Parts: sequence; C-alpha cells; structure tokens
Amino acid sequence: MTNLFRSISKFDFAVLSFVALTCFALTAGAVESVGQDTVAWWVWPLALFVTCFFLGIVAVPSGVGGGVLFVPIVGGFFPFHLDFVRGAGLLVALASALAAGPSLLRGGLANLRLALPLAVLASASSIVGAMVGLAIPANIVQISLGLTILGIVILMSLAKKSEFPEVPAPDRLSTILSMNGIFHDAARNQKINWHVHRTPLGLTLFLGIGFLAGMFGMGAGWANVPVLNLLMGAPLKVSAGTSSFILTLVDSSAAWIYLNKGAVLAIIAVPSIIGMMLGATIGARLLHVLKASVVRKMVITLLLFAGVRALLKGLGIWL
Amino acid sequence: MKDNSHISVEQQRYATMLNWGGRSGLAILIVSFLAYVMGWLPAHVALDQLPNVWTLPVDEYLKQTGSPTGWAWLSRLGEGDFAGLFGIAWLSGATLLCLLSVMPIYAKRRDFVFVIICIIALLVQVLAASGMLHSGH
Repeated sequence: MTNLFRSISKFDFAVLSFVALTCFALTAGAVESVGQDTVAWWVWPLALFVTCFFLGIVAVPSGVGGGVLFVPIVGGFFPFHLDFVRGAGLLVALASALAAGPSLLRGGLANLRLALPLAVLASASSIVGAMVGLAIPANIVQISLGLTILGIVILMSLAKKSEFPEVPAPDRLSTILSMNGIFHDAARNQKINWHVHRTPLGLTLFLGIGFLAGMFGMGAGWANVPVLNLLMGAPLKVSAGTSSFILTLVDSSAAWIYLNKGAVLAIIAVPSIIGMMLGATIGARLLHVLKASVVRKMVITLLLFAGVRALLKGLGIWL
Repeated sequence: MKDNSHISVEQQRYATMLNWGGRSGLAILIVSFLAYVMGWLPAHVALDQLPNVWTLPVDEYLKQTGSPTGWAWLSRLGEGDFAGLFGIAWLSGATLLCLLSVMPIYAKRRDFVFVIICIIALLVQVLAASGMLHSGH
C-alpha cells in the first residue's frame, strides 16, 4: 500500500510539475498576446521565478541543465527580448554549475585535469559565440535556436549512454595532459581507474559546443556529456560531473560579454537564478523518488514544443 | 568519514574557492536584488517602466534608457538596477580566484603544462571581462 502510494505520488508529482510548467508558459504567452500594458510589472518576475522553480525541479532528474530549458521556454513565452533572455540563461546555467561544482570536485565526480583543457577552448569559443549572437538579427537567432533545440531533442531521444565505456588505451595528448583519474563508485563501493581517448577530436568538438553555449545563452551539458562519455570514454558519472564543472568556466566568459554589452537585466536574471536554484535543490532531493525516464520524456516533449515555437517565432509565423 | 584521498590537492583547493565564490556571490545577488525591488535603492529605470523597454533589442534598450555599457555600471552602484549587477559580476568572476589559487600548486609540482593552461584560462576570462570586445546588431 505504501509502495502504491509512493508510486502514485511520484508520478503525480512529475505530471504536476509538467502541467504547471506548461500552464505557466501558456499563461505567459496568453498575457503577452493580451498586451503587457494591462499587467503589473511585478507579475513577470514572479511568473519567471515560478516557471524557473519548476524548470529546476525537472532539470535535475531529466539530466539536462536548466539553461537549455530556460532560453527556449522563456524566450518563447515571455515578453522579454531574446538578448536579455540569453544573458539571463547563461547566468542561470552558471549559478547552477557554481552551486554544484564544489561537491562534484570534492567527490571526484568532476575532474580538474579533464575539465581545464576542454574548458579553455570552449570558453574562448563561447566569447565568439556570444559576440556573434549579439551581432546578428534576433529573428535569425530565434530560427537558429529553434533548429538547435530540435537537434537537442533528437540527440536526447537517440543518444545512448555508457556507464563505463571501454577505452583500450589513452591517446598521446591525454597522456601528456594526464587526463585520467580515480572515481569512487558508491553503488559498487569500489574505486575505478579511468582514462580517456580521442582527445584531439574532443577538444575540437568543445570549440563548437562553447560557440553554441555563448550564442544561445544555454548551458551545454546536453552536448558535453555525450562528447565526454561516448566519444572520449570517461565514465558516465565523471562525464556528467565534469560537464557541470566545465560550465562554470564556459558560461562565465560568455556572461561577461552579455554583461558588458548591457544585455543583463537584474529584474530578469535574479528571479530566474533563485527560482532555478531552489527548484534544482528540490529536484536533486527528488532524484531517487521521481522516475527519471518519465521526467526525461516530458522534458523532451516540452523542448520539442519550445523548439517549434522558437522556429515559428523566428520565421514570423507564430509571434 | 568519506575517503577523499584520491582527490588531488589542487582539486580540493579549487572546490573550496569555488564554494566560497559561489555562496558569497549568491548572497550579494539576493541582498542587492531585494534593495532594488523593495525600493531601498533608487532605480535608474523605474520598475513600472520596465515592461515598456525589456521587449526591445539591447541596443535600442540602451539608447532609450541611457543605461551604461562595459564597466560604467560600477560607478552607479547606488542605483538598484546596477547594484544587482554587482552580484552577477561576482558570480561571473568567481572562477578567476579559483584558477589563481591552484597555479602555485601546479608550479610547485613543476607541472608547467597546467600552469600554462591556467594562465590561458585566466587570460580568456580577463579578456571577456575587460569590455574590450564589442558586438552589436
């Protein structure tokens, strides 16, 4: 009976979060279409806070960063210009990564030697991405964002994961950089030695990932993890932890560009950051209760909807 | 007690600095934002006027509101909208101290490759923060 109750409540909770998120997005869209002159200024930051709170809850169990959900959903359904949404999106992703970074590093789930070389390239390219994103017309950014989000939906639907990928031998570059480590797997209660391969290709892909992160103001966990895990062969948990840590460097360099450009408004960024962090805290606690696969499917559906919305908004079909 | 003997000294130091930078940044962010929205600090753009301008592209927003770019906001911390940016800049700059803190450990170990990587990472961050890179619609 208790199990049944637990089973119902976790499903209900996941559905409730999803429905609440969709309702807020649609309400925001509806209010926007009515005209914002009739709405008090504080409604928007409050709606943003609540939306980000629910985004934070579903972001952790679904395994995606908050930034990738934030930009298409807030950009599509709130009245803020995309320039400010992207600036806030980077800060949301940065704040989440900063909050998680210390425990990931101390627990060995993030590895400094693996992260730094990749993060240097990605943060340099994120600056270029941010500059390009702020230089090109908003509708082009919207269209590119929509296509990228739809690409992420496909990646999330198809990508496989490997808990402990087989790495026959480390490559020369990773050996020189000592990109290896020991990971304590609590589930197995054993220490696992790991190393990586295909480092030059990994570095090249991180250049592209950084560019996209800067251009669209999204965290790039959705791309970091597959490259670290499937391509370079780092264990899944190390990949996820290191990916989050890499974002602290990548998103901060891109965030500076938005900040210096004047594209960061505290009224948009701060409620988003606080809402997302509070939601992520609850999401992390619910990690063992919620069924991750169900939440993941809901997030994919939500992203699909937001991606189509961004694309149509950019094309001028659904404004 | 958790065994973290396999975690390198530099990684533990980086974690400590990151923890300090992240928490203090968040605290600054919340306090300054409260001062802004509660009206304890005057706002450069009145809160009830924001819905008229946050729909604009950033260049148009800057033109209409006369808001500063680059580091000029730093001299206007007495205004709520810019006070909020201090916490954001703090969070964005948190990694600088982390990188600086681990460089002596790498240098002492004669791990010069990682000293150079840290220096490049620092330069990238400083370049981004400098305000020398411009872009616009």
